[in-house]
Order: sequence, then structure tokens, then C-alpha cells
Amino acid sequence: MKTILYIIQKEFKQIFRNKGMLPIIFVLPLLQLVILSNAATFEVKNIKFGYIDHDHTSTSRALIEKFNASTYFDVLTDFPSEELASSEMLKGKVDVVLEIPHYFERDLQKDKYNKLGITINAIDGAAAGVENVYVTQIVQSFNQQIKTDLLQISDKQIQPISIATIPLFWYNKTLNYKTFMVPGILVLLVTMITLFLSGMNIVREKEIGTLEQINVTPIKKSQFIIGKLFPFWVIGMGLLTVGLILAKLIFNVPMIGSLPLLYLYTSIYILVILGIGLFISNFTDTQQQAMFIAWFFTVIFILMSGLFTPIESMPEWAQIVTEFNPIKYFVEVMRMVMLKGAGFTDILPQLLKTLFYAIVMNSLAVWSYKKTS
Amino acid sequence: MKRFIGFIKKEFYHIFRDRRSLFILFGMPIAQIMLFGFAITNEINNVDIAILDHSKDATTEEIINKIAASKYFSIKQIIEKEADIETIFKKGHVKAVLNFEKDFSKNLIKENKATVQIITDATDPNTANTISNFVNAILQKYQQELNKEITIAYQIIPQTRMVYNPELKSVYMFVPGVMTIILMLVSAMMTSISITKEKELGTMEILLVSPIKPFQVIIGKVFPYIFLSIINAVVIVLLSIFIFKMPVQGSLLLLGLESVLFIISALALGILISTISATQQTAMMISLMGLMLPVILLSGFIFPITSMPFPLQVISNIIPAKWFIIIIKGIMLKGVGLQYVWKETLILLGMTVFFIALSIKKYKIRLE
Repeated sequence: MKTILYIIQKEFKQIFRNKGMLPIIFVLPLLQLVILSNAATFEVKNIKFGYIDHDHTSTSRALIEKFNASTYFDVLTDFPSEELASSEMLKGKVDVVLEIPHYFERDLQKDKYNKLGITINAIDGAAAGVENVYVTQIVQSFNQQIKTDLLQISDKQIQPISIATIPLFWYNKTLNYKTFMVPGILVLLVTMITLFLSGMNIVREKEIGTLEQINVTPIKKSQFIIGKLFPFWVIGMGLLTVGLILAKLIFNVPMIGSLPLLYLYTSIYILVILGIGLFISNFTDTQQQAMFIAWFFTVIFILMSGLFTPIESMPEWAQIVTEFNPIKYFVEVMRMVMLKGAGFTDILPQLLKTLFYAIVMNSLAVWSYKKTS
Repeated sequence: MKRFIGFIKKEFYHIFRDRRSLFILFGMPIAQIMLFGFAITNEINNVDIAILDHSKDATTEEIINKIAASKYFSIKQIIEKEADIETIFKKGHVKAVLNFEKDFSKNLIKENKATVQIITDATDPNTANTISNFVNAILQKYQQELNKEITIAYQIIPQTRMVYNPELKSVYMFVPGVMTIILMLVSAMMTSISITKEKELGTMEILLVSPIKPFQVIIGKVFPYIFLSIINAVVIVLLSIFIFKMPVQGSLLLLGLESVLFIISALALGILISTISATQQTAMMISLMGLMLPVILLSGFIFPITSMPFPLQVISNIIPAKWFIIIIKGIMLKGVGLQYVWKETLILLGMTVFFIALSIKKYKIRLE
């Protein structure tokens, strides 16, 4: 026990002596949490909007005014020609172009029906879909308006059947993205710091040559490993704590569920990550290799965690791959506990899988450490 | 010049001797782009939902069948009481519950109006909103069928044309993004330790007393990595064309040149990190912790930049990846030439020159 304490003491001293690393471990992640959480939104707003009006009548102007009044559409550009509009779209200056045909008003009065050209830049397919919905909504409300304006007495009014839908958004009434993203980004930062630090740690001693010196001392391997990894576990838990405080103070993220439950889960989760880090350390010769592998898994873990894009939309095989992704479970647990107030039994499946993962990873890591040294 | 070539040769040897690193360097990006190209999508489909039907009549049954038939939803559970909604949401089993009011059909006939609640688990606001919109659209369509005999006068029908990606494939959005992330981080990580490694292993002094000039050291260090990264880029572009069927509407040559420019800018950024950090560990942590999330979040790879708060839109301008994503999407999907992306190209070029100049300056300081 005493030996472990000495190693832990030594490791902590080494971390705190390295003045260049301190801000990277403690300041950089929190700064990113505060700044980048604002960037992660799928909301589509400030849509760059342009129009070509071939009609120049009060009806066409009223329609354009409808778009102008909408909060979604931002810059209204009046294009004199289609060529100019499509060239500006190529440049990325405009994303939605409305084209009002010649004789728009006249034909509408004559035929009681007319068509309208909308061009949408669809490279971002999801955004284009939303933009299309907005355009349709505005045109529909314009239809209502002209109906009352132009309707003649001869037109019989029949009450159409309507199904009213009432959308209710539980747990996040205002559809606030930060509430959703902050817990997730905190998960990433805790994971990245603990993985990168532990992944580089032992291979660094290997590369510099100090590992041999430790191997000839009477320290047991288990003592050495625990002593090495414990400081990172503390750093991870500390980062979580400060992150949660910032989440509450700056973003007012709700914390409905039990904090001790969250800490219980995190304490096991970090063991998984430390196990992976140690495992990587054992199988590499240089810090660079260790970092490349850590990076490889981190990018996969992040993009397949359900943090930014939904897991249900992934193909079946990819959903199976995500079962091996620890970040997925952590993100789920964070959101379930903090935002929905999920209790112990609700997160039990995630907790058990993570615990199992921790045992497997750490056994593998300790076993492979013995083999390589 | 001869000495300089000798130096570059030495750098090449160093890299190619380390087979393990090379394997990692080329294997990983290929595995990643394959994995992500197929797996990541922000399209919504097969969302699990539950039904709470207080009416249980022919109309609600018909609506439920229509919802079940759509590719967006699969009905996972039928629940009997309001209290169950909370339980299934907490366990995360379903994302939404459709709650039909009592006497749905009767109300529809008698009052021409019936109500259904769409209760969504809005912890994920995007999914919640999309589910709401999709259910709405299905109901609207059904409503139109019911109202067939009534012609509604004065209708303007928008005819939407989706350009550059008519099928709204999300792979067109993600492949350029993943290409960019891989090139950016692999390139920056490779060079970020190049100078610190010499410092840490003690070979720096030898370099300092040699007659090779600082800028030659920097250029010599970057040079071999340009080759490696170009091979990487070629492999990635080939994969995206042949496996993910990404079109290249514009010039392949331009795409190549722009990629080289972007690679050099990322390598130069790595060198800059290398000159300012004392140990390999610090350099690695700066390039990983410092670059990974900003590049993923601020480059427009997943989240639209125009929706971000204004200060972040400003900050996004210093992320080289943002400009490269605009350029490759322009060339591959829109088929534009240099006349449309010259501004973005100039910005990347300016950044590259800036990184290199700053590295040389920082490197000199250490000489004195």
C-alpha cells in the first residue's frame, strides 16, 4: 500500500511539474466546453434567401414580404436574372431562391391556382429538408391570406375536415440545444483527457528508457499500474466536477437526476478508458504511435456515439459496432440522469455493460503488460 | 543545397524505417472513412415510437397503419395509460408517443376536428422536432385524402428543386467532412512532434550546430510528410469516389492541388506546434486536444456555421478546415472552378505562409 502511495505521489509531482501540460489538462477542456457547446446546433436559421420577381405586382410583393417577415430567412436579395441567382448559389452566397413567374397574379386570379419555383442548395440534405418545410409553411399561410382576399361570394365555403396535432416536447420544452450538447461534450473532454494521458504514459517511459529502471526495482506490476493510473482517474473525476459546475452556472443545464449516481457511473467509466489507454501503451513503441491509435479510436468513438448523429439512423451492422463504444453509454447515462432524472434501475443496463467492459479491458491490459515487459 | 538534400534524405529514412507507424498512418484513415461513410447519417429513419390510443376506432387504426408503413417510424410499443409515457421515456426505449384523444372518429365526423398529441422526448431537440414534423406531414396527407371532394380555391403550389444533391444524401455532406478531419489531424499530428522529438531525445543540439539553416530544417522536416499525406489524400479521394459514389463535377486536377495546399497548411500548423512545445507529450496533447473538437465542431462538417452565434462564426474563420470543406464541396458537388473558390484558396495559402513564417521565427529564437 505504501509503495502505491509513493508512486502516486511521484506521478502527481511529475504532472504538476510540467508547466506546459497544466493548462492543456485543466484549462483547454473547460474552455472548449464553454465555447464549443454553442456551436453544436442543428437548428436551421439565418437562411440566405434570394428571389427573382418576374411579375412585379402587389401579389408577388406580398408573397416576398411574407418571407421577409419570417425569422428563418435572413438576407433578402433581389436578383434581376436567373443566371445571376444560380451563379451566386454556386458561390455559396445564397441557399434558397424563390422565382415568381411572369403573369403570376393574373394567372392566379384566372386559374385560382399557380405554381412557384423554389431552388434549394441541398448539399446539406438535412438542412435542405428543413428549409423546404419552412418555405411550404410560408406559402401555405400565404394561400390562406389570398383566399380571404380574393374569394368571391360565388365560391361555396365548405368546412374541411382537420386533424389537429399538438406537439409536446418533454424534458426540453424550448428545444434548447445546449441542454442536449453540454453533457455530451463534457463526456468527450473527460474521455479524451484520460485516454490521451494514460495512453501516452507508460510508452513514454519506454521511449525515454526509464521503464527498465522501474522494472528492476522491487515494485510489483499491479502496484506500478495502479500508481500510474490513479492520478488520471482523479483528474478525470475532477474535470467532470468542474464541468458540471460550469454546465449549471453558464448553461443552466438541468440536473434532475441523482448526482451520486452520475459519479458512481463515471468512476467505473473512467476505469474503462484507463484500461484502453494502458492497453494501447503496451502495444506501441513510441508516443507517436500511441497517440495515433488513441486518436483513431477517439474519432470512431465520438462519431459513433450518438452524440451528434442518432444511432437509430445507422445501418444495423454499425449499430452493433456502437455496442462496443464506451462513449455511447456515457453519453446516454449523462443525458438520461441529468435531463430526464433516470434512476439506478433505468441506467442499470449501461452500468453493468460498462462494469463488464472495465473488468475485461483492465484484465487484458494487465495481462499484456506482463507479456511485453 | 547538397547538405539540404542530405538532410531531407535522412528525414525520409527516419520515417520509412518505422514500419509500424507507417502501417498505422495509412491503415487508420482508410478504416475510418469506410466506417463513417457508411455509418454516419443525420437522416431520421426507423425511429421507435409508442402509441397511446384512447379511441381505438377505425380512423385511428388507419392512421396508425399509415405511420407504421412509413420508413421513418417503427411502432415499438402500444401503451395503455398516460403514466407509462414517463417510464418508457426514462428507459430510453422510444423517442415519441402518439396520444389519440377519446372519440377521435366521432369528433372528426361531428365537429370536423379531432386531436392527437405528439409527445416527443425532446432531450434531443433535433430528433424531437423532426419526428413532430414527419408525423404532421403524414397526418396532413391523410387529411387531404379525407377532404378530396372539397376543392380549395386559390392555391399556390411551390415546386421545389433541390440542386447539387437532389436525393438529399447525407453521405455528400459527411464524406468531405471526414476527408478533411482525417487529413487535417493526421498531417498535424505527424509533424507536431518532429522538432520536439529531437529536443527530447537530445539530438536537437546536433541540428543546431550543423550548418543547415533554420528554414531548411523546417522545410526538410515537412517535405517527406507532404509525400505521405498526398498518398493518404489520393487513397481517401479514390475511396470516396468509388465506394461512396461521390461525384467530382469539377476538375480533378484542381481538387488535387487544393488538397496539397490544405495538407501543407496542416503540416505547417503541426510544425508550429512542434516549435512551441517542450516535450512530445505536450505537442501531441496540443494537436489532439486543441484541434480535434474545434475542427469537428467549427468547420461546418456536422453543424451549419450560419446557425452558430455570431462570435463563433467569426472564430470559425481561423479554422483552416472550414475553408477546405467549402472548396471540396464546391469542386466535387457543385463543379465550380477556381474562379468561384479563389478567395478560400487565398485564405488557406495565407494561413500556410503565416504558420511557416511563425515556425521559422520561433525556431530562430531557440537558436539564440
